[in-house]
Amino acid sequence: MLTKRIIPCLDIKDGRTVKGVNFVQLRDAGDPVELAKIYSDEGADELVFLDITATVDKRKTLAELVTKVAKAINIPFTVGGGISTVEDVKVLLGAGADKISINSAAVKNPGVIDEMAAEFGSQCIVVAIDTRDVDGTDYVHTHGGRKPTLLQTQSWAKEVADRGAGEILLTSMDHDGTKAGFANEITAEISSMLTIPVIASGGAGKMHHFEEVFSFGKADAALAASIFHFKEIPVPELKSYLVDRGVSIRF
Amino acid sequence: MKVAVIKYNSGNVQSVLYALERLGAKAELTDDIEKIKSADRVIFPGQGEASSAMRYLKSKNLDQVIKETTQPFLGICLGLQLLCDHSEENNTECLGIFPVKVKKFIPENSQEFKVPQIGWNELEKIMDNPLFRGIKPHPFVYYVHSFYAELSEFTIAQSHYIHDFSAMLHKDNFFAIQAHPEKSGEVGEHLLKNFLNLRN
Repeated sequence: MLTKRIIPCLDIKDGRTVKGVNFVQLRDAGDPVELAKIYSDEGADELVFLDITATVDKRKTLAELVTKVAKAINIPFTVGGGISTVEDVKVLLGAGADKISINSAAVKNPGVIDEMAAEFGSQCIVVAIDTRDVDGTDYVHTHGGRKPTLLQTQSWAKEVADRGAGEILLTSMDHDGTKAGFANEITAEISSMLTIPVIASGGAGKMHHFEEVFSFGKADAALAASIFHFKEIPVPELKSYLVDRGVSIRF
Repeated sequence: MKVAVIKYNSGNVQSVLYALERLGAKAELTDDIEKIKSADRVIFPGQGEASSAMRYLKSKNLDQVIKETTQPFLGICLGLQLLCDHSEENNTECLGIFPVKVKKFIPENSQEFKVPQIGWNELEKIMDNPLFRGIKPHPFVYYVHSFYAELSEFTIAQSHYIHDFSAMLHKDNFFAIQAHPEKSGEVGEHLLKNFLNLRN
């Protein structure tokens, strides 16, 4: 049986992890490769690297990091953050990334999804959607959730799937950082509507939140950052909790 | 040990090379017929579309070269599908090593079963085969695919998604796996190691 995926997300700046991490076994808390290896050994099903570097050297630094990660770990990983062109994708996949994720660039120029999917195959194109509830309607936001767009989230999700996205990474900006649980309702709505997998993100705080997002939220995968980095919820404990509750999990 | 990784217009070969590197094998990505013939092991990776892959192989005469290999040979993902008889993906005649048909997943219920299958799924009904030496029970492997090979007498492991399918095939020197061993954690690494350690 296909299992639900647990995905730690690492924020990267200038080739280093930025959010503080709390792993005693880490020699260098800023080394993404070392952290990635620990997560992989602990049983993470996949990893996401989100690059928040804003400098001009960004592309080169990121490609170098991707190569190092690909050489060191043997589970799939996705790279996102500021990717906008087919050439960007080519460089990162060539460096060893399994998938790339695009966000603002897709909103700005939706046709780029079709181009990327045609060139590299849907399976490696993840479209990240940041959504926020505005007076009862869900709207896509860009720039880390700060900038609202006129795109309604559900119809945008349908559009990106039709254009060839292989997966959707859905982040609820209302839930992100609250640790009060994932946005199960909209995740379920989008997951039921589409034939591609949906990765839920934003709001993980307790182990039962994962159980809920897989059952009520119908998510195919769940992503979180700080609860894993600060060891509030270690990946092995989370997985055995979910297995005990009958969730289909790789262990 | 020299490993030839067949170069054709397919994606995701870099991670196969890195995985072999981690196992200490000397791997070379090549479409050079002599290099493929003289390698100790041949790996046929893949991600992409069947008909264009077959066209490319034929244009380089690699289809014949593959059929005539005698050293241990491993097809991965699309590589497995191309070793079969025929694929429903653009109605493609394949290499015919395994007399098996490749079909498209058609979900009865799209809410429960999405296509492609993306993620970790279990290898079940594992046969006695040197590739599984030392593999712990209930191994999970990482899949990304929309097409699958039917069960056959050459199936050495199966997985279940919508229905049972051939997760791995074996006939003579030809081995094949639908999942990505290079991305399947310890289990995948172990499978690759067992493949490298096979006796010729």
